[in-house]
Amino acid sequence: MRLRCPLCGERDRREFSYKGAAVALDRPATEDWSAEWDDYLHNRANPAGETRDLWQHAAGCGAWLVVTRDTVTHAVTEVALARDAARGKGAA
Amino acid sequence: MRFSGLKVIKEGLTGNRGWRPHWRDPDPKGAYDMVIIGGGGHGLATAYYLAKEHGITNVAVLEKGYLGGGNVGRNTTIVRANYFLPGNSEFYSHSLKLWESMEEELNFNVMHSQRGLINLFHSDGQRDAFARRGNAMVNQGDDAILLDREGVRQHLPYLDFENTRFPIYGGLYHPRGGTARHDAVAWGYARGADARDVDLIQNCAVTGIDVEQGRVTGVQTTRGAIRAKKVGVVVAGRSSQVAAMAGLRLPIESHVLQAFVTEGLKPAIDHVVSFGMGHFYISQSDKGGLVFGGDLDFYASYAARGNLPMAEHVMEAGMTLMPMIGKAKVLRSWGGIMDMTPDGSPIIDRAPVEGLYLNCGWCYGGFKAVPGSGFSFAHLMATDRHHAPAARYRLDRFATGRGLMDEEGTGAQHNLH
Amino acid sequence: MRLAGKGRNRDAEEVRFRFDGRELRGRAGEPLAAALMAQGVRVMGRSFKYHRPRGVMTAGSEEPNALVTVGRGAGREPNVRATVQEVHAGLEAFGQNAWPLVDFDVMAVNDLFAPVLGAGFYYKTFMWPRRFWEKVYEPAIRRAAGLGALSGEHNPDPYEKAFAFCDLLVIGAGPAGLMAALTAGRAGAEVILADEGVEPGGRLLSEDETVAGQPAHVWVATALAELAAMPNVRVMTRTTVTGAYDQGTYGALERVSGHLASPAPELPRECFWRISAKRAVLAAGALERPVAFAGNDRPGVMMASALRSYLHRWGVVPGRSAVVFGNNDDAQRTARDLAAAGVHVAAMVDARPDAPEVPGVPTHRGAVVTGAAGGRQGVEAVSLRLEDGREERLAADTLAVSGGWNPTVHLTCHMNGRPVWNEEIAAFVPAEGAVPGLTPAGACAGVFSTRGCLEAGARAAREALADLGRQAPAAEVPEAEDAPYRLRPLWAVEGKGRAWLDFQNDVTVKDVKLAARENYRSVEHMKRYTTQGMAPDQGKNSNVAALAVLADATGRSIPETGTTTFRPPYVPVSIAAMGAGAQGEGFAPVRHTTSHAASRARGAPMVEAGLWYRPSYFPQGDEDWEAACRREARMVRAAVGVADVSTLGKIDVQGADAARFLDFVYANTFSTLKPGRVRYGLMLREDGHVMDDGTTARFGEDHFVTTTTTAAAGEVMAHLEWVRQGLCPAWDVRLISVTEQWAQFAVAGPKSAELLDGLIDGGLDKSAWPFMSCGPVTVQGIEGRLFRISFSGEEGYEIALPARYGAALFEELATRAEALGGGPYGMEALNALRVEKGFITHAEIHGRTTAFDIGMGRMVSAKTDCIGKAAASREGLSGPEREQLVGFRPVEEGAAMSAGAHVFAEGAEAVRENDQGYVTSVAPSVAFGGWLALGFLRDGRARHGETVVLVDHLRGTRVRATVQEPVQFDPEGGRLRG
Repeated sequence: MRLRCPLCGERDRREFSYKGAAVALDRPATEDWSAEWDDYLHNRANPAGETRDLWQHAAGCGAWLVVTRDTVTHAVTEVALARDAARGKGAA
Repeated sequence: MRFSGLKVIKEGLTGNRGWRPHWRDPDPKGAYDMVIIGGGGHGLATAYYLAKEHGITNVAVLEKGYLGGGNVGRNTTIVRANYFLPGNSEFYSHSLKLWESMEEELNFNVMHSQRGLINLFHSDGQRDAFARRGNAMVNQGDDAILLDREGVRQHLPYLDFENTRFPIYGGLYHPRGGTARHDAVAWGYARGADARDVDLIQNCAVTGIDVEQGRVTGVQTTRGAIRAKKVGVVVAGRSSQVAAMAGLRLPIESHVLQAFVTEGLKPAIDHVVSFGMGHFYISQSDKGGLVFGGDLDFYASYAARGNLPMAEHVMEAGMTLMPMIGKAKVLRSWGGIMDMTPDGSPIIDRAPVEGLYLNCGWCYGGFKAVPGSGFSFAHLMATDRHHAPAARYRLDRFATGRGLMDEEGTGAQHNLH
Repeated sequence: MRLAGKGRNRDAEEVRFRFDGRELRGRAGEPLAAALMAQGVRVMGRSFKYHRPRGVMTAGSEEPNALVTVGRGAGREPNVRATVQEVHAGLEAFGQNAWPLVDFDVMAVNDLFAPVLGAGFYYKTFMWPRRFWEKVYEPAIRRAAGLGALSGEHNPDPYEKAFAFCDLLVIGAGPAGLMAALTAGRAGAEVILADEGVEPGGRLLSEDETVAGQPAHVWVATALAELAAMPNVRVMTRTTVTGAYDQGTYGALERVSGHLASPAPELPRECFWRISAKRAVLAAGALERPVAFAGNDRPGVMMASALRSYLHRWGVVPGRSAVVFGNNDDAQRTARDLAAAGVHVAAMVDARPDAPEVPGVPTHRGAVVTGAAGGRQGVEAVSLRLEDGREERLAADTLAVSGGWNPTVHLTCHMNGRPVWNEEIAAFVPAEGAVPGLTPAGACAGVFSTRGCLEAGARAAREALADLGRQAPAAEVPEAEDAPYRLRPLWAVEGKGRAWLDFQNDVTVKDVKLAARENYRSVEHMKRYTTQGMAPDQGKNSNVAALAVLADATGRSIPETGTTTFRPPYVPVSIAAMGAGAQGEGFAPVRHTTSHAASRARGAPMVEAGLWYRPSYFPQGDEDWEAACRREARMVRAAVGVADVSTLGKIDVQGADAARFLDFVYANTFSTLKPGRVRYGLMLREDGHVMDDGTTARFGEDHFVTTTTTAAAGEVMAHLEWVRQGLCPAWDVRLISVTEQWAQFAVAGPKSAELLDGLIDGGLDKSAWPFMSCGPVTVQGIEGRLFRISFSGEEGYEIALPARYGAALFEELATRAEALGGGPYGMEALNALRVEKGFITHAEIHGRTTAFDIGMGRMVSAKTDCIGKAAASREGLSGPEREQLVGFRPVEEGAAMSAGAHVFAEGAEAVRENDQGYVTSVAPSVAFGGWLALGFLRDGRARHGETVVLVDHLRGTRVRATVQEPVQFDPEGGRLRG
């Protein structure tokens, strides 16, 4: 398995670590526990098909990445910097 | 038809013409009292115990492929009761007791072999953590023995004790742990359920769950609509998709776990050996293949196949621990789809939809749970009350934070297990 | 027997080798099976279940029967295919799964019981009495099963792994593969041509045919010479591509030195390759398939194509009198070649009513072989059923069989592609696009003529290059055999007696029919119930036929019945090859601190801590660990001790938003910390549980250095980068790990200031360094950092210098400490000191602990938003039901407690229902004598002073202990403030 880091180019899967669904970018703004928090931390669409998830080029540049890929075929269609994705959401 | 050695000999001498189908292939009826979605180990066991323990036989098991085609047919066959957190402890203890009487109960040899399991440790800190685990096992009434290095050597003389990255300090020995012939478990329960008039319906995919005013009324399938008052979802690996048919989002991510088997070899490994530092575990099947596995590939996947980095890591762990297996050749590798929950423990509970029941989230430990899970889930579906050993497998534990069961201590959120 | 003047290896050196103790002669480099055949050895293996005598059946890695053990001693290798192992001087091979010898095997008695040992018999018996399974039945089954035996000793041979990269990977060097490599190589692409064989060429080496007007093997040699001259082409022989993985990754196994009589010591036995290819052409060919008939497993029954390989390549045949049985034109080809070589061909039996004749060979059209009869040494007679129904029996010692060809689709299944049934060739062919970037070409795609394969290879390479934006000139495809494939499908011949499908696992037609009758009608059920396809050949020789038999038994067509699939690896791969590099200490990196050598020189046993090694204790005389620990701890309490703490993670945090960032990632506040000051920090995971802890020092308005525990350093760094990039991307903050850049030492004890006063340039003014202060210092002009912090409860400092000065600094500190009545101390003393103080480590923050559990709950709830705050406020993460951090002190002085013990109320039975908590850390106490412990107890903070029982079933101890504050020594902290 290989991923194309936007900063470093195509690299082997061994260089990357995995975090999970990209919904982690949508952290609730509230400080108190709520159904929204429960959903954010625990519940997942978990699609059999296209998904967006978070990887880090841990043994490379250290960039966190949003990878769009298919969970059934493992085809990768897009890799973007998580920082850009987060800024796009208007994060702090 | 009752199976026995005598019957095998008699049939053998008369051309094996008397054997009959182990189960029927009925067409689905329009309605059942209960429908079980998923004809894997857990689903078949649920159906069996519904019939046997609760007398509920107007039941259909709907399987989209063939019986036992899910993770019960693609695992590393380990059976054990060595958990330590309340909830897991009593559940797996109960499940192991059911294993111990399964063959007589089902009249089917599932080759449950209590050959003993040894978890190795490599530091004082790990020893203490395993001592805590072993003491919890004894508190629960199960068996655990703390071995020192020499004790391990007596059982497993072939390990590399001298020249290895993680020197062996000792092991936690669980004599009642072992293995079983995985497919046979599914077949044994299928045969037992069928004999009690449960309809096992293969090649029948559920395409929808009918919900009216918050109540389940039945399911839509590729073989027509089926009405039912109660529907159990027992489809580890596909739980999110089936639950979505009832509008639910589950605390589950699906991951791939690889496993490996070598060519047949004369007896070399008599126990189940688990090497936590290398995420490696191994046993030898009765046919002689070394059956072993490791950690998740660590990315969400429904592909039921893995990639080389983890495969190689598993082999590397084997080579540092027991370099005598170097000349054994891997014959086949495969992957299963694991229902991973945030805390690494399963869910057996009512869904927030009346009449819908969930049995999911078995992570990578579902095989040994088959009898206990079926027993407890049948109890829940039949009585609408939690069966005591599975009472902590609640769906709402993540929302409340109460009774989280994070055995590994890696965290009660996704992708840490 | 060897045919004089035959075989392309006729000039090879003659060498001596041994098989089952007999010394034999063979030609160097030929397969062991050929050499044995030349010497008249017919029995080369034993079957799995019935221990039937078996001869060689194929000429390739798919061989199901001729499996042997090679070598002796620790490095002996079981289950080696005699068709693959090359003969060399001194080769020693042994028959296996037999006793005493493969030629005479007592276990063959199993065959007499075959009627009761049918498919799945073991599921129906051996259930009574219960304890007999582990004691009697299972050991007997295990001994009888299995094939070869491991030596049981550590692997003594070197193995390697390597990476390779290319534009085009060509898998297989038969006609299609050679043309693909030539085409791509000429276009300048980086090409790897990998072939399983000893020499490239595939079937071209085994057939009597011409390519471009010359003998096929001559054309192969010309093509190889051209490839060898191309610097952009790498030809890898003895290299089997074993698996296809995501994004163009392939696994491959190279057999490097097993064929050499005395390999150079630096040569690995095998090398496992990870090949990253932009495109691939699969030119893996096809495998000839057997036909099931009674006795078709006897030695002397062989695949027709294999027979031609042995004849043409190595000049050997298994016998003098042959019958050829087929359903396609390979029957004629085989009969022709055998007759031409002077072998008596008693008959050619062709199932096709319109089969062509071979001059000089009696031909039976529309006929079938119904059985092969014989003795232990194999076939002696062949029974036929002629077209008109008459039966005939012919004497013959060799029976060549061709049931047609199955394309080698295996790699196309590795990414879940399901092969599709092609009625025309009655075989499965690869599904379109089954592996992204991989194009099947030639026989593996169902094209069986040589000319067709050559064309397909060239075309596939051109298409692959076009995908990569390269133009490949149209290659001229040489003239070659281009006959149509004429086949009449035939899977099994009806008749009495056992007809084998899976030779190795002893699965017969009857077994498949029995499975169907017992309703194991799904292909997967049939396979699992009968073990069809589970043997070392993984069904390469049998899956399709078994599927056809199942289809017939259940009244379905083959496509209705199912398909066949294969999982990696294509050929079995040794664990030593895929796990190369890890044996011994190579499994994980080893990290040494700058004081490592000095600690070893002082006799310290080193213990692992998160890949690092740290000194456990520094023994004096014949001290054991406990004595050394107590002495070192006393030394710290009374004088001064030095400990290397460099392994703790150190993260440099800088930027205008650095303080704000730390406020967000820690459960406490750092924006209020003044420059020059240090603060303890507790870090939560987003799930509200404790992730890590450590101190953070503020060196400037925008500059912090935060520390992590040793084990969690990597995890914390990844987490902080996630928060920085994913949750607050616009903040001005930068992180870098500086763990390895600084050597850092704790100097602890009442004389610590005195020690440092003599070391630091300009001396140490204690009043300028209050508890929890930090700042720059210099030592002999070298810029470093000093922190006034303590993990021992004593007045303490940590001094850090750039790592290259670490070794010297440690020596300096240790020497100075010794002069003050102190010295270095190890992990045991460090642990004893912190347990007295109730300081926690990962024994306590084991992942399930909340801030509430360790008494810091209020800190979290009082904070504005931080990672983990919301989840920590869940009802289940605090409250009296939770187990809370406490200390334990034995009631009976000196009683030894043990970590891992569980806690019970006095008088309560030690069962789960009464479980109140557990002990996490136990250490010798110098302050109180005896032992102290930390642990968790339900509602523990409300139970200080209570007596409880610590029960350790495993070590057989029950200790009464009183519940204490976690901080048992100097709770006011007077000592550490100095």
